[in-house]
This record gives sequence, C-alpha cells and structure tokens, in this order.
Amino acid sequence: MTAIIEVKDVSKRFGGVVANQAVSLSVNTGTITGLIGPNGSGKTTLFNSIVGYHPIDSGSIKFEGEEISTFPVQKIARRGLLRTFQQTRIYGAMNGVENMLISLPHRKMNIWDALKTFTREDYERADHLLEFVGLYEKRMLKSGDLSFGQQKLLEFAMALMNEPTCLLLDEPTAGINPTLINGLIDRLKRANTEFGITLFVIEHNMRVIMNMAETIYCLAHGELLAEGTPDEIQNDQRVIDAYLGAH
Amino acid sequence: MDQILGNIGLLFEFPVVNLKIVLDGIMIGALFALAAYGLALVWGVMNVKNLAQGDFVIAGGYVSWYLVQHGFPALLGVPVAFVVMWGIGWVIYKLVISRVIERDLFTSLLATFGLAIMMAQILNLLFGSDTQSVDLDYDVLYFFDGFIDVPIAKLIGVLMASALAAGVIIFMKSSRMGQAIRATAQDARAARVMGIDTEKVYAFTFSLNSAICGAAGAIIVMVWVIQPFYGISYSIRAFVIVTAAGLGNLPGVIAAGLGIGALEQYGAHIFGIGYQQAIAVLLLLLVLLIRLIQQRRNRQVLK
Amino acid sequence: MNMARNKTILYALILAFTFISPFLFPDFGTQLATLWLMIIVALTWDMTGGQMGYNSLGNIFFYGTGMYVAALIAIGMVYDVGDYTNAAGGGIYKFTDLQYFGGLALGVLGAGLFCSITAVIIGYLTFGLRGPYFAIGTLGVAIAAGELVSNWDWVGGGQGIALPVYPGDLDTGKIFFYFLFAAVGVSVFLFAKWLYGTRFGAAINAIRDDEEKADAMGIHTLRYKLYTWAMAAFFVGMAGGISAFQLIHFEPLESAYQTINLGIFMVVCVLLGGKGTLWGPVIGAILFHVFKEVTWNYLLGWQWVALGALIVVTVVYFQDGVMGWLVHKRPEWFGIKVEEKTAEQAE
Repeated sequence: MTAIIEVKDVSKRFGGVVANQAVSLSVNTGTITGLIGPNGSGKTTLFNSIVGYHPIDSGSIKFEGEEISTFPVQKIARRGLLRTFQQTRIYGAMNGVENMLISLPHRKMNIWDALKTFTREDYERADHLLEFVGLYEKRMLKSGDLSFGQQKLLEFAMALMNEPTCLLLDEPTAGINPTLINGLIDRLKRANTEFGITLFVIEHNMRVIMNMAETIYCLAHGELLAEGTPDEIQNDQRVIDAYLGAH
Repeated sequence: MDQILGNIGLLFEFPVVNLKIVLDGIMIGALFALAAYGLALVWGVMNVKNLAQGDFVIAGGYVSWYLVQHGFPALLGVPVAFVVMWGIGWVIYKLVISRVIERDLFTSLLATFGLAIMMAQILNLLFGSDTQSVDLDYDVLYFFDGFIDVPIAKLIGVLMASALAAGVIIFMKSSRMGQAIRATAQDARAARVMGIDTEKVYAFTFSLNSAICGAAGAIIVMVWVIQPFYGISYSIRAFVIVTAAGLGNLPGVIAAGLGIGALEQYGAHIFGIGYQQAIAVLLLLLVLLIRLIQQRRNRQVLK
Repeated sequence: MNMARNKTILYALILAFTFISPFLFPDFGTQLATLWLMIIVALTWDMTGGQMGYNSLGNIFFYGTGMYVAALIAIGMVYDVGDYTNAAGGGIYKFTDLQYFGGLALGVLGAGLFCSITAVIIGYLTFGLRGPYFAIGTLGVAIAAGELVSNWDWVGGGQGIALPVYPGDLDTGKIFFYFLFAAVGVSVFLFAKWLYGTRFGAAINAIRDDEEKADAMGIHTLRYKLYTWAMAAFFVGMAGGISAFQLIHFEPLESAYQTINLGIFMVVCVLLGGKGTLWGPVIGAILFHVFKEVTWNYLLGWQWVALGALIVVTVVYFQDGVMGWLVHKRPEWFGIKVEEKTAEQAE
C-alpha cells in the first residue's frame, strides 16, 4: 500500500494560535481515509495546508512522492490533487452543464485541445456525471439558483469531471437533507471503487465516516490524537473524551 | 546620458545639494501624505478607491487661487477651501458615490475616474490650462552659504498641513463621529446593528476627505503650482503611498509620503524635470510589484 | 421563428453594409473608419475585461505602442530613424509607393506582433494583481509609457512622428483606411465569436467568475490570461499601426497613449453595450460613437464634461448595458432557462 499523501510533522500557527502541531499522517492510494475531531482541532487548516492555501511553518507534505508544501494552489491542482470547499464554490452565473464542461481537466490538455469546441464526448461525460449525482433534471438551470445541497452535489460532480487522482472533501454531508445522505455515501464509495479516486474526507457525521473510511485520523487541539480503523477509533477512550470533553 | 551622470556627480561633489533635495521633497511630501491619508480613509471606510482624489486637491487649490484673485488674503484660502470642498464632496457623495458603494470595485473605480475627467475638464473650462500659483511674497531663509533656500511660505505650508493632520487625527480618536467612522471601517454591518447610521458616516467621511484634499490643494497653490490636469498624478501618488504603507498605518503613510516627495525630487534632479510624472508612475508600478512578490511568498495574490 | 437562419441573414446584411457604407456615405469616410476603430478596441477590451474579469485601464498602451512600432518599421526600412525624427517633417524624406505600402503592411503586422509579445511580458508581471490593482497598474503602465516616450528624442520626443501622406487622392485614401480598419474589425469579431465557443473561452469565463475555483480545478490561469491578453494586444497593436498612417502626424500623449480619451472610451463602449457579450461591445461602440459625434458639434467646450458625465451615468445606472437589459427581458433568446416555480415545487 503506497501512501499518496504523506504529511510529516506539519505545524501551522496563526499569530498566537497553534492550529496544527507536528501532525503526521498518510493517506494510502485507492482508499477512503477520514479526518475527524472536535471543532477547532485544526482539520480544515490541515486541508488548507495540503492544497496550498497557505504556507506551513514547518514539516513536509508529499503528494505522490513529490514535495508540495511550497507549491501554490494551481500547481497542486494540476498534479491531480483537488479539494471541495466547505462553503461550496461553483460558478453561480452558469448552468449545471456549463459548470461541468469548465471542469474538464485542462491540465491534460495542450493549447490546441483547449482551442477546440466542446465535443460530444465532453457533453456525454457531463451528462453522465450529472446523472451520477442525481442532478440531471436540473442541469440547464442557473447553478446559483440551486439549493445548497444541490450545489454541493454539483461541486462533487465537477470534481469528478476533473478526473482527479486524489480528492479532499471538506464536510461533504454538511447541510444535506438526512434522507439524501445515504445516497451521497453510496456515490462517494462508488467514486472510490469505480473511478479509482483516493478520498480524504473531513467529517462531523460519525455514521457517515465510520461507514465509508478504511482508516481514520482524529485530531484534537491541533495534534494527532489517534489513528486506526473505524472500530478502533470508535472504541478509543481518548477520542470519546475529546468529543465529550471529559477530563 | 552624460547629463545624468553629471547630475549624479553633483550630488557627491556638493553634499549639501542632497539636503536641499530632501528638504524640498519632504515639504511637498507632507502634502502627498495628506492626500494619501484621505484616500486611505475613504478606502478603509467605504471600500471606494477614489481616483479623483488628485482632482479634489487641485479643485481646492483653485478655490483658494480664485479668492486671492479677488483680494482675499492667501492664508485664509486654506480654511475656505476646506469648507467649500466639504460641501462639494457632500454633493458628489449624494449624487454618485452613494450609488456605487455596494457595487463591485471596478464600478467605483470607473465612476471616480469619470468624475476625475469631469472635474479636470470643468476646471480647465473655468480657469484655463495655464499653471497658476499664489505668490506669498514672504522672505526666504538661506542656509549653507545660500545653497539651500527655504521659502518661509513653504514652511508655513508644512506647518498648516501638520496642524490639519493633527486636527483630523485627534478628531478621529476622541469624537463620537470619529469612533463611528472607525467602527464602520472595521465592520459596517456590525456598526449598523449597533445603531450607527452608516449612511451618515459615509457622507461625512467622503466630505471630510474632500475637505482635507481641498485644504491640501490650497496649501499647494501657495508653495507650488496647480493646473487642471495635474490631478491624476496626485491621485497616483496617493495610491502609491497607500499601497506602500498599507491601510490604517498612519506613520507608514507619513513616511511613505515624505519618501515619495524626496524620491521625486531626486529623480527630477538626476533625470530632468520632464521625467517627474514618469517617476511618480514608475514608483507606483514598483510598489505594486514589490507587494506582489511579498504576497507570492504567502501563496497569495494582491487583491 | 428560425433563429439560426435569421442570424445568417442578419450577418450577411451587416457584412454587405460594411462593404458599401463608405460609398454610400462618402462624406463620413473618416467617421466610419473611427467607428471601426472603436469596435476593435471595445471588442478587445472585453476579451480580458468582460469575458475574463480583468478590467484593464491600460489597453491603450498597445494602441500607442502599435502606432510607434508601425511608424518606426516603415521609416526605419528606408531611412535612418534618428535623422528622420530630428528633421520633424521638415526634411526631404520622400517615400515611393512601394515603400509606403510595404512599410504600412510590415509596420502594421510588426506592430501587432510586438504588442503581443509585450502583452505577455507585462501580463507576467501584472496578472498577479487583482481587481482595482490590476486596473490601476495597467493605467500606470500606459501613463508611464506615454511619459517616457515623450522624453525620448530618438522617436521624436514630445513632437511625435510625422509619417508620409497617402500616395493618391484624399478620398481614395479615406476609403483605403476605412477598409483597413473594417478588415481588422471584422477579423476581431469573427475571432472573438469563435474563441468564446471553445473550451478556452469557457475557461476564461471561469477565471472571471471564480478564479480561485478555476485555480483549484487545475486550469492554467496564468497561461490563459497571457494568451488572451496577447491576442487582444495583437489586434489593438494593428489598429494603432493603421491609425499612425491615417493620422499622418501623431504625438505621444495626445494621439498615442491617450489614457483619458480612447483609453477610457473603450471601457465606456463596452459598458454601454453590455460587458461579456459578443455583440455588446459592437452595439456600445456604435452608440457611443454617435453620441460623441453629435455632442462634439453642439456642446463645444463642454463635450469633455458631457463625456465624463456619460461615464459616471453609465457606470452607475447602466451597468449591464444594452445586452444585459435584453438578456434580462428576453432570456429565451439566449438559451437561458429560468425555472417556473409551480405550487408543487415550492414545498
């Protein structure tokens, strides 16, 4: 099992607040890995450090064996490491299909490919993925008008359209109607098994993450608290304490 | 090229020339800093980047000049320009600025650019395109065997600018409105929730800025020259200062203002007076580039 | 209503009109040429502005540079540039027909290419700036260029450069320049029409709508920005080159790097007509040009004030322009689907 993401001793502080302290973890290729922890434990900060949103103070982050901790966001994205946003970012002025078409992996195109018009295959792939997330009927509507949950699904579909090697998902089920969550879990798993995408997921919903992930890391107060399989984590007293705040 | 080298050589041969250049630069730089402060104020409070800043300055200068032509004592021109430009600023706010505050940044930039063009052209139509100034007929102080001349008029100008600046700062720190302005600058929505009438604050801030520019212009017409189309270069200088110093960094604004004044004088000395405008703009580009490189290190961009 | 067929007929009509108008209105030859110039600079501005979200206030830099490069190439092929500019038009410098037209052709092309290259260089430095900083930065570049060139004696300094007159009679000359501008104008339009339908076009729209998202999705934002600006600069540079020969005599600040004239006109045209659309800049250019021609004659002295007022009013009240208004009123014409909220859906 090779590690597609290797985080070693990463620390990041914002002024006086230490968001991450010497965190080390690795995400294995082809797996679904979870990142949990109470609010303020530094999960999103770690994500942001990995994708290049801000520089890290110390440590190393490797993607597919390459050191990426000094790369800007686009460089990392072009290596095939993508992320979705907690606040869900899509191109609101365009409709669903256009959003999908824009998400074609430009990193795999040279300038001549880019100067072509969208092919029938492009449209078919967009339709297929929109169908995959259940947005096919709404695909011609202005995406800014979709509901929050629908936008989240669109963002997920766009990420898939981009053919990433590895996808970082920041709270994918937050704000989604509980009855739709099962469907989403199913699709996430299928993205992993059918499309072969490695997933690294931040989640607060325990049922979701225990159901999906093979390995889970738990952060608390900026440090790595525990790691293991869902069973191990569920029964780890330190994790229970961290979430329930027992001292 | 030889001339440039010769000019540089002069700096070393007669070190006292450096002092003159720096002094000249500082005296005019103080006024740049004033204009920059006003720009930063409007920028910080309303997120409007006022490209017409320089034209407000020139307009103030013309107010004072016009009065002097009709027999007013020159020094009185400064407070009068302050008041007149306050009014004009208020009108402009109500007619134009208030409608572009909530929009995207390019809109406010373009709106103020349009204003700048209008103002420059109106001034041109009213007062003609010759440069104008007001002669104060005060003595000149000489230092270092007559190498350095400091007209008392210029000294008075700097003093007035400092007094104005001090007044504004004290106002911002201790008055209710000053507090309201600072609160709105930090978070307009929170300020409204707290009961602050942000509309009044915006109108006040913009008018205050216009008044400060007006006073600065009235001082400039005494110690330098004004011309309807000089406005854009003052706007650019103000931008350079604010970009270099950052918003809310008052000592930085003062330092940057004095610095630009001095740098421009050096440039004029070394390269010739025709390059003065070019230097102001080149400084802008330089500052932007430096900021960009700084942001790159942080994996960010310059918004 | 067969939209596609009507569209083709419309295009054919416009093209036909383009060809005949200088003959229909011989007295307005220069104005028509200027109209095409406006269309060119408006369409190219919109490429980086309305389509890509980078509102440049300095595109006039390419116009001015194009002017100078074309002139220098044409002159430089035949005479020593320094001597020519020193004589300031008072010398005995004659050009044969071949030298004139050859110089014009090579000069205009060279101007376009040179401006493309400079766009890449300048863009590399300035595309890290966003929003207002980009606008001010580009404005700074244009002003700086104008100031520096007016101090540069080799290219004529503040006096500018005087090019040879069109070899032939005046009216033919007007028609000649009209067709030059129209050719470039039609090319820009067709180019833009094609570009906006490609993946590249979609990508630059993504850059406009959310550049961070575009970055995060692996779009080569810097590369695409540079390409776009280089393409726009190519056409503007050529337009500048043609202008040089049409104006015959041009100065650095008034004619070439005219930041407060043509430099801002191009922005107003686009705003008037509708940012980010294909026809918007064209419609806006036509409206603006007509407005300008009318007011110039009747508001002597106050025309600049009227212009400034137009800018302010357009920016404040007509942000979306004509096309924006049309899209709002008749979204179906543009393929935009608006969902009707029925009672069952609104639950």
